[in-house]
Amino acid sequence: MSDIEQRVKKIVSEQLGANEADVKNESSFVDDLGADSLDTVELVMALEEEFDCEIPDEEAEKITTVQQAIDYVNANLK
Amino acid sequence: MSKRRVVVTGLGVVSPVGIGVQTSWANLVAGQSGITNITKFDATPFASQIAGEVKGFDVSQYLPAKEARRMDTFIQYGMAAAIEAVKDAGIEVTEENAERIGVSIGSGIGGLQLIEDTDTIYHESGPRKISPFFIPGTIINMISGNLSIMYGFKGPNVAIVTACTTGTHSIGDAARMIEYGDADIMVAGGAEAPITELGVGGFAAARALSTRNDDPATASRPWDADRDGFVIGEGAGVVVLEEYESAKKRGARIYAEVVGYGMSADAYHMTAPSMDGPRRAVVNALKNAGLNPDQVQFVNAHGTSTPLGDVNETGAIKAAFGDHAKRLVVNSTKSMTGHLLGGAGGLESVFTILSLYHQVSPPTINIFNQDPECDLDYCANEARDLKIDVAVKNNFGFGGTNGSLVFRKV
Repeated sequence: MSDIEQRVKKIVSEQLGANEADVKNESSFVDDLGADSLDTVELVMALEEEFDCEIPDEEAEKITTVQQAIDYVNANLK
Repeated sequence: MSKRRVVVTGLGVVSPVGIGVQTSWANLVAGQSGITNITKFDATPFASQIAGEVKGFDVSQYLPAKEARRMDTFIQYGMAAAIEAVKDAGIEVTEENAERIGVSIGSGIGGLQLIEDTDTIYHESGPRKISPFFIPGTIINMISGNLSIMYGFKGPNVAIVTACTTGTHSIGDAARMIEYGDADIMVAGGAEAPITELGVGGFAAARALSTRNDDPATASRPWDADRDGFVIGEGAGVVVLEEYESAKKRGARIYAEVVGYGMSADAYHMTAPSMDGPRRAVVNALKNAGLNPDQVQFVNAHGTSTPLGDVNETGAIKAAFGDHAKRLVVNSTKSMTGHLLGGAGGLESVFTILSLYHQVSPPTINIFNQDPECDLDYCANEARDLKIDVAVKNNFGFGGTNGSLVFRKV
């Protein structure tokens, strides 16, 4: 598991109160991990904090699974 | 139609003298002060550096970490006290009764620490860093809201805000809802977490707080000649109120009956007390209870330890009870807990009910030199076994809002 993947999964697990084992690459925040709309806003804020970046709202709306978050971070960070 | 009777079947406490009803009551009867130096922030620049802090509170015993971190401390305290009270009452929520169970837990100020922290984040990092949980984590009705979600209580869901009378009004109004038929069970009380820089700074600026920083345990000294202000406190007190027949039918333990409730306004001054307002609250409560003053044995007073307030309440009690005032035992548990503001009426109602239930008056500690102007029996310094049939609970708040509750032994 790459460093970024690990860090994303850790944040998702912390923010959504899910077991790390349940946080899989294909997991959907809402459908699999029980997130509501406020949870996902907070999750994006936590990702911004962790990776010291700003994710525009229109991009944030497209991040609905763990893999999409990993991909976004990979594509947009140095 | 005769009035539906309302009884108390559950109690819960998070307080400066202990977490849980048993611990806090034992410490209270033992005359243990919960006042210490402030540890929540560096209080060195503040005129008042002492408080009744809740010690050793572990929110994970009550709530999942994910939910807890989105709630200001006042919500966590209110939830913890309510969970204890609901457990104590042994309520089981079913499809049949869910709509008949409500919540009325208020707060005077709400999520002050989270407001301060979020303000700092905003000024340092801008509006994008404001948490989506900032508002639901700080607004006052979120103890009532979160509790209803947790248990599925679908009845009335309210939160009263009347400064230091909040808890008293929350319980009184909840009892009325049961009397009137809106609910059969109400979880009611108050919570506060005001020990923050702005909370302490604000009350200190109003010159309301004790500055006896070198001796925290004796700083809250209601009716002592050398009292110099109240000591700020935090925590929550919650009761489960239930319609009498419903409680009897399920064999619930009944601690006491709520027989009277009275309200009034001073219509006088924002912060200074008036004698007539509190007097009328007591008179209204006794009238509502259908009792004469001489049927009361015990008063859990507002008793904040401010120079003006304690003389004022003494005068109000004399005006309301007449000659019988001298035969009352009047105690102030704030001498040990400090002043929980919106939580005070909740916490002190629990203590009043326990006084009735155990037939004991806790002491008013720190009366070293009783103020000659405060000349009632305040149960100074030692708890006392006491035959109590009827007990009165008073609270008065900024704005000149007053509330009194009357509890009777069942």
